[in-house]
Amino acid sequence: MSSNLYDFSTLTSSIHAALSGMMSSGWVVFTELVLIGLLFLLFYALLGLFLVYLERKVCAIIQNRVGPNRVGKWGLLQTIADLIKLLLKELIPIRKADPILFNLAPFIVILASFMAMAALPFAKGLQAVDFNIGVFYVMAVSSLGVVGILLAGWSSNSKYSLIGAIRSGAQIVSYELSVGLSILAIVVFSGTMQLSGIVESQADGWWLFKGHIPALIAFVIFLIASTAEINRGPFDLAEAESELTAGFHTEYSGIKFAFFFLAEYINMFIVAAIGATIFLGGWMPFHIGNWEGFNHIMNYIPSMVWFFLKTFFIVYLIMWFKWTFPRLRIDQLLTLEWKYLLPISLVNIVFIAFIVLMGWHF
Amino acid sequence: MNSIVEYFTDLFKGLSSLWAGMRVTGKYFISPGAIVTQQYPENRKTLKMEDRFKGEIIMPHDENNQHACTGCGICEMNCPNGSIEIITDRIPNAEGKLERVIDKHIYHLSMCTFCGLCVKTCPSNALAFGQKFEHAVFDRSKLTKVLNQPGSSIKKEAKK
Repeated sequence: MSSNLYDFSTLTSSIHAALSGMMSSGWVVFTELVLIGLLFLLFYALLGLFLVYLERKVCAIIQNRVGPNRVGKWGLLQTIADLIKLLLKELIPIRKADPILFNLAPFIVILASFMAMAALPFAKGLQAVDFNIGVFYVMAVSSLGVVGILLAGWSSNSKYSLIGAIRSGAQIVSYELSVGLSILAIVVFSGTMQLSGIVESQADGWWLFKGHIPALIAFVIFLIASTAEINRGPFDLAEAESELTAGFHTEYSGIKFAFFFLAEYINMFIVAAIGATIFLGGWMPFHIGNWEGFNHIMNYIPSMVWFFLKTFFIVYLIMWFKWTFPRLRIDQLLTLEWKYLLPISLVNIVFIAFIVLMGWHF
Repeated sequence: MNSIVEYFTDLFKGLSSLWAGMRVTGKYFISPGAIVTQQYPENRKTLKMEDRFKGEIIMPHDENNQHACTGCGICEMNCPNGSIEIITDRIPNAEGKLERVIDKHIYHLSMCTFCGLCVKTCPSNALAFGQKFEHAVFDRSKLTKVLNQPGSSIKKEAKK
């Protein structure tokens, strides 16, 4: 299957061979780490800027507006101008804040999203680390971000920040369960936790289609719960503008605020990428069972294009939620999770285990 | 049993109402023609203002340079900002009777809030809203306008 797809591991192994010819193995590892780090930094910054632009455009079109259109062609440079403005802003020290925790919090949030991004399979053979427990790893590090949010709320010494952070904590602790269970549904289907293995298992069709209705239910639950996990859309209680000014990052200014802002958007991308990888086949082209001719034509579209198409489709879905639904109250939020999503996903996973046991899936 | 039925009906009702909301916003997203924002300085040549737009107060004149203003002063009295001043004259008509005619209908655009009371209360419908809105000038005195055109006269209607 998918033999004519370009495998990025040929490129990476040739770079590795070239570096090994030049220096000792210790230095090779060091150079590769620096190179990958720089690449991720660049990707992170560009992606953050683009996502903010995309969000503003999608929001504008949904609200019958034009959106940013003054800076650069179609306003493409608008977010770069915003970034320059944020970089030049003063970092206001809060007199009664805890200085160490206050300065540490944005870095924890941004570190968590960096770590989660390392395990994403961007294209065939293009993955920084391919853990055999990749799904587990991504879930673990992406929920580390809430530590940063709680620290930010606590150390700011402000009621708005604290209420926002506590709300965010309650929200993430609850919704983590549903995200985990819906991801686990596909782990049961594919029989592996390795992200590359899950992608390979979808070579003859994506799990969303192969897994019948239970996979669809898991996908919907994943979308809802992960929207809540990244504090977005109808679940943005943590920074409810109308009640808490800006929630946990009320007291932050300048580049420290930008870190929170950037991490929020990158988290959206990471969640969408995980959803695309697990339910929609990641970089795997659209294949149908044994239709060799059709599958062969689909293979001409590069794997990276497939990955980004699917990811941005889910990113668009999440933005669509945000600009459609009103914000939930905290009791409605917890009711939705504990009375609806969690029981349904528990029943769903038992059902999926039964299907897999009987071998009913494709 | 009843509560179980209720649970699932609630669930599906909720889902369908969410989908109804998403259909509305999704329809807007795929119809860019519905965008209402005017890209103003670029489309200045083709810009078409709405009929109900309140740009400035004008006094419409017909092709014989005639207007409908009798100079009664109701607009001046009704203006909350005092942006209208009426200067009238008394001249004898054909029967030798003195009759009030408008000399100058002075309109201070700089004081106007476009409330529309003058247009609404004018008994002879002599005032209307124009659609010009680019009023920026370098000299404040240019904002004081005389609405009746020089040499204009009142439109006489046949008495019934």
